[in-house]
Amino acid sequence: MPVYAERLMGHVLELRNIVKDYPGHRAVDGVSLRLESGKFYSLVGPSGCGKTTTLRMVGGFERPTSGEVWLNGTMVNSLPPHQRDVSTVFQSYALFPHLTVLENVAFGLRERRVPDAVGLADAALARVHLSSKAGNKPGQLSGGERQRVALARSLVLEPQILLLDEPLAALDPNLRRQMRAELKALQRSSGITFLFITHDREEALSLSDHVAIMNAGRIEQLDTPESAYHRPATRFVAGFLGAMNWFGDVGVRPERTRMSLARRDDASLPATLESVLFLGNSLHLHARLPNGSTVVAEIPSGGVVLREGTSVWIEWDPADEMRW
Amino acid sequence: MTLRAWSLLPARLVSTFLLVVPLGIVLVYCFLTRGDYGGVEQPWTLENVERLADPLYLAILWRSLWLAGAATGLAALAGYPLALFIARSGRWRNLWLQLVLLPFWTSFLVRTYAWIFILRDTGLINTTLIRLGLIHSPLPLLYNDGAVLAGLVYNYLPFFVLPLYATLERLDNALPEAAADLGASPWRTFWRITLPLSRPGLVAGSVLVFVPCLGAYLTPDLLGGGKTVMLGNLVQNQFTSSRDWPFGAAVSMVVLLASALLLAGLLRHKTARELL
Repeated sequence: MPVYAERLMGHVLELRNIVKDYPGHRAVDGVSLRLESGKFYSLVGPSGCGKTTTLRMVGGFERPTSGEVWLNGTMVNSLPPHQRDVSTVFQSYALFPHLTVLENVAFGLRERRVPDAVGLADAALARVHLSSKAGNKPGQLSGGERQRVALARSLVLEPQILLLDEPLAALDPNLRRQMRAELKALQRSSGITFLFITHDREEALSLSDHVAIMNAGRIEQLDTPESAYHRPATRFVAGFLGAMNWFGDVGVRPERTRMSLARRDDASLPATLESVLFLGNSLHLHARLPNGSTVVAEIPSGGVVLREGTSVWIEWDPADEMRW
Repeated sequence: MTLRAWSLLPARLVSTFLLVVPLGIVLVYCFLTRGDYGGVEQPWTLENVERLADPLYLAILWRSLWLAGAATGLAALAGYPLALFIARSGRWRNLWLQLVLLPFWTSFLVRTYAWIFILRDTGLINTTLIRLGLIHSPLPLLYNDGAVLAGLVYNYLPFFVLPLYATLERLDNALPEAAADLGASPWRTFWRITLPLSRPGLVAGSVLVFVPCLGAYLTPDLLGGGKTVMLGNLVQNQFTSSRDWPFGAAVSMVVLLASALLLAGLLRHKTARELL
């Protein structure tokens, strides 16, 4: 697509310096963000970092104290939720308990007076493999099934953006991993822009085309998962997206940290191996430096296993150093 | 006796002597003959029950059902917005709830008399309207069905608001949000989500208003001026001035039966069972 066409279309969502104040504290502190159409975005950060508040301002449930929300080239700050072309998958799913699964999925279509609401809802249920549950009430479904109904209910409206508020948090770990793959497949097949909120870095890294890392009401970095992981913009991002060994101002990922019996060069640091943890596909070697701090090296399992208590040398490639 | 049986004994005694025995006495009285100076005498008779079919008494039954039904409807119209408002008023909700309950700190009689002061010819409403020049002679506000209805709604409104509030307060706030998110306007959200989901509270509130209104006698007596006779007044009359206890007992049984039938019908709904 030529550049001018891209410009003309603009961004499906743009946040301009959004601030949200609550009595006594600032939840969102100047967030600016642009989402391209058709991509999978994650907003990740610890709880209380303002990610859910940001999402609720996009959905229209909260009004920014200052700043602007633009949807598809229109400023929507004062537009109520039912007039915004976005849809939210709530953390609790918020399925209507008195309506059947099919009625839940058809709800938005009926409100928007879309012809053949039932037919479209049926097709949406088939897409999430729940046609057999169309007549059930939400209370009769499992957690994973409720999740899929909530997805179908929003996706069937083909919104400009699908907002997902920690939708996997309530599922057990196995189901969560399975739903992760389904979610990504749904995003790809629908072509709808996803804005996914999570505090789980693994979810954010594995699902997204772009990930925005939030801390204390601000976005610290918006990047591809690979760049954010390997070239974190701040110390917070580095520590949040993965484990880190800190050597003063220098940080090295455990999988880029080596431990060997022989000293290789002057940069090597002496340490004592304290424990070896077997994690199935990898081993975690925990060693202690003379100054008391611990260093973790992650190596593929199946290699030579060092004995606990052995003196080792800590090394890393200067190219793997991160410093701020 | 086991410990369990012992611990249930007080409850059994209370329900036997305060519920089963009095009701049994009333039931037995229905089928006896009136004594000349009150009380009951032999022989057994069905006359009291047959007299209930008299058009005069059927009209009173109908009027009572109508007034209790209208009071329930008006309590719903006034109580629903109030309950919704309280449920959504955040940290102020306890204050509002206290205010709803505040009238209960005064006597039922005093509250009903207060309505006489509001509605009578020289009362608050009429004097205000006359002073404003809107009317020249007082409106007939007191001693009619309207006054009785106002008194009933006022006295029993909290019984409607409290169970409805309890239902609304438990409603997941994400549900109306989800409805708005899916494109439903605030009014449509209320109609399709909030209202249907508050049905248990509506049912419980309706029963708690309708049943006591059906048997009300003080309110129609004071505000109806003796003109608006309801079942409760009829019962009172039979036991006092008419000295016809058996017929009074028969009318009591009608009130009881009407309420019991209503409850039995409603309790077949699972949602209402949860609350009652």
